[in-house]
Amino acid sequence: MTDRKDRLITDPALLRGLAMRRMSRRDLFRYAGVGAGSVSLAAILAACGGQPGQTTPTGTDTGSSIFAGQPNGTVNFGNWPLYIDKEKRADGIHFPSLELFTKETGIEINYTTPINDNAEFFGKIQPVLAAGQYTGYDIIAITNGDTLNQLLRLDWLVELPADMRPNFDQYASVAVRDPAYDPGNRFTMAWQSGITGIGWDPKLVAELRPDKPEITSVNDLFDPAFKGKVGMFGDTGDTPNLTMVGLGIEPETSTPDQWRQAAQVLEQQRDDGVVRAYYNQNYTNALSNGDVALTMAWSGDIYQLNAEGDVEGLQFSIPEEGAIIWTDNMCIPIGVENPVDAITYMDFVYRPDVQALIADWVNYISPVPAARDIILNELNDPTVANSPLVFPDEEDLANLHSYYVFKTPEEQQEWNGLFQPIYQG
Amino acid sequence: MSTPTVDELVKAGVPVFERRKPRLRRTATPYGLMAPAALYLALFFLVPIGYMLYTSLWSGFLGDFRFTWNFGNYSFGIEQYGDIYLRSLWYASIVTLLALVLAYPVAYWIAFYGGKRKSMYLFLLLLPFFVSFIIRTVQWQFLLADNGIILGTLKDLGVLRNDFRVLATTTAVVSGITYNFLPFTALPLYVSLERIDKHLVEAGKDLYASRVTTFRKVVWPLSLPGVFAAFLLTFVPAVGDYVNAEILGGPGNFMIGNVIQDQFLTNFNYPVAAALSFTLMAALLVGGSIYAKVLGTEDVTTGAAVRA
Repeated sequence: MTDRKDRLITDPALLRGLAMRRMSRRDLFRYAGVGAGSVSLAAILAACGGQPGQTTPTGTDTGSSIFAGQPNGTVNFGNWPLYIDKEKRADGIHFPSLELFTKETGIEINYTTPINDNAEFFGKIQPVLAAGQYTGYDIIAITNGDTLNQLLRLDWLVELPADMRPNFDQYASVAVRDPAYDPGNRFTMAWQSGITGIGWDPKLVAELRPDKPEITSVNDLFDPAFKGKVGMFGDTGDTPNLTMVGLGIEPETSTPDQWRQAAQVLEQQRDDGVVRAYYNQNYTNALSNGDVALTMAWSGDIYQLNAEGDVEGLQFSIPEEGAIIWTDNMCIPIGVENPVDAITYMDFVYRPDVQALIADWVNYISPVPAARDIILNELNDPTVANSPLVFPDEEDLANLHSYYVFKTPEEQQEWNGLFQPIYQG
Repeated sequence: MSTPTVDELVKAGVPVFERRKPRLRRTATPYGLMAPAALYLALFFLVPIGYMLYTSLWSGFLGDFRFTWNFGNYSFGIEQYGDIYLRSLWYASIVTLLALVLAYPVAYWIAFYGGKRKSMYLFLLLLPFFVSFIIRTVQWQFLLADNGIILGTLKDLGVLRNDFRVLATTTAVVSGITYNFLPFTALPLYVSLERIDKHLVEAGKDLYASRVTTFRKVVWPLSLPGVFAAFLLTFVPAVGDYVNAEILGGPGNFMIGNVIQDQFLTNFNYPVAAALSFTLMAALLVGGSIYAKVLGTEDVTTGAAVRA
């Protein structure tokens, strides 16, 4: 568990996947069928991309050629709300990093925030992508997980030109390089990452469990002392994966038997009345209203809840067994109209001085560790620079796990069949 | 005597009609008037329903869906989620009953004693519903928080046990839906009560009927069309609601609307989502028709039409 980072880099299966980069994903699909005995993880992953009978056009075949031309002078970026540096000045609201980009490159960036939920956004653009048309976005930010897997599986993302991202190559953190869900970053580049851990209210926790008034373990979520005061996510991503971390199972390499084990624990937790409710983003209300004493939570939210100041001293813990790290990824959907502008911007945000502007404002995990010194020395913000939730050190990172990546749709169906009935019950 | 000519008849003042062929325009008029509505229904109701039916018979995965007459989606949905269907129907029944009990006295009072201010009272009744119902439902989360202004105060006063809660219970979900659908109940009730001739009540009094008897024998039967319409207009949307279960509910409060949402958005399982929706719709349609047949179609539909 401790050498996760090393494993990410040196995993032979992944290295093999990298070496095969020049083959198209369809080719891999064919080879995967033939040499099943020696198939690497990457090949299996790639195999999922080529669905027989699929009629949608693929972005991969034309991948490199569309990046050959000149920039068009404009780029449309669809992102999540509250996810870019913003500054109020006398003459109105400014977006320093975006304005810097336009100043330096001459490319106008049309930055919008249409994404509130991966699945919902996917539902919106899905018919357009299926028709192979332009979604209106040259860049979108999608969290690793179901939705991103679907986009990859359906060949709805454009392969990124490896030679057009020098900043990424130089400055990207090991944590976002070559992730399991996109070996070699062929289709995605991280925007920011976050942690799924446990948010808790120290007052209520002390009241309900006076002998141990601190939340340190995933298993605290299952402690009957907190009966009716525990919040869980009603999803099939964070909840099963974090539960497995609590059981000492590495989610990325878990097996169906281990999934069943996790499902059993979650079912028990529900039947014993420990779970108050299964929440989505609205868990923040439950926590600040005192409806839950502890709940699964996303790191940035607890930061913001405390900053808003409605409640005092809410805590965020990374459990001793570890937590889940997720990443919102910039990617280029097929049908893109301004590909050169898009990749120019995607690489631009990896420049440490640009990243410092963004990271200092959004407070999620930055994909550029070099931005830390600039935030510390030039922006004079030691709180953010020294926060393990923005710039985690090696030890912190070693303790973070990724979601299990489905290898086939059938596998996903099996997974959902296990975990959905728990919160639907 | 020779047959009079037309001219002579006209002079004599006898009205003469030429027998005209029925004009196309006249017979076509009703259809012409109906056309916009029919077109609208065909375009925005029949076509989507047809497509939904078609989708519900697909098999495969997103990107590779195929039409295969896969009726398995239906049996899967009913087998897997039968309990949740029943739960939704059960919740909706309680909701409808509660809403009727709550709305009837109010509608009665406004109709009979509202006087000149009738429309103002009605407006007051509907005022909260000018705010988006999601926002209002989320507000209940704040009001009913475990240590919020209501429960927190009662707990401090020692009226309630410390671990008492309202949120994340069946009561919260059912109350939430009742609250949100109250206007659908109140309006048809009000309309049918308002139309009752108040002299009938006076006549009842003149004939020495007690107030209860007058109500039972005169007012109640006359308001029945409104009751039937209110029932239908509340029950049908209540079965499919998913917002209240999501915002106010806890484990074991999932309704069929939540399942459909999950199948569609989380599982990308469009065929099963379509089959689940179609099953729900068919059940409500069949149930509704039987209901209308038993009670007399006219009563139900007039009641509903009057509301609109």
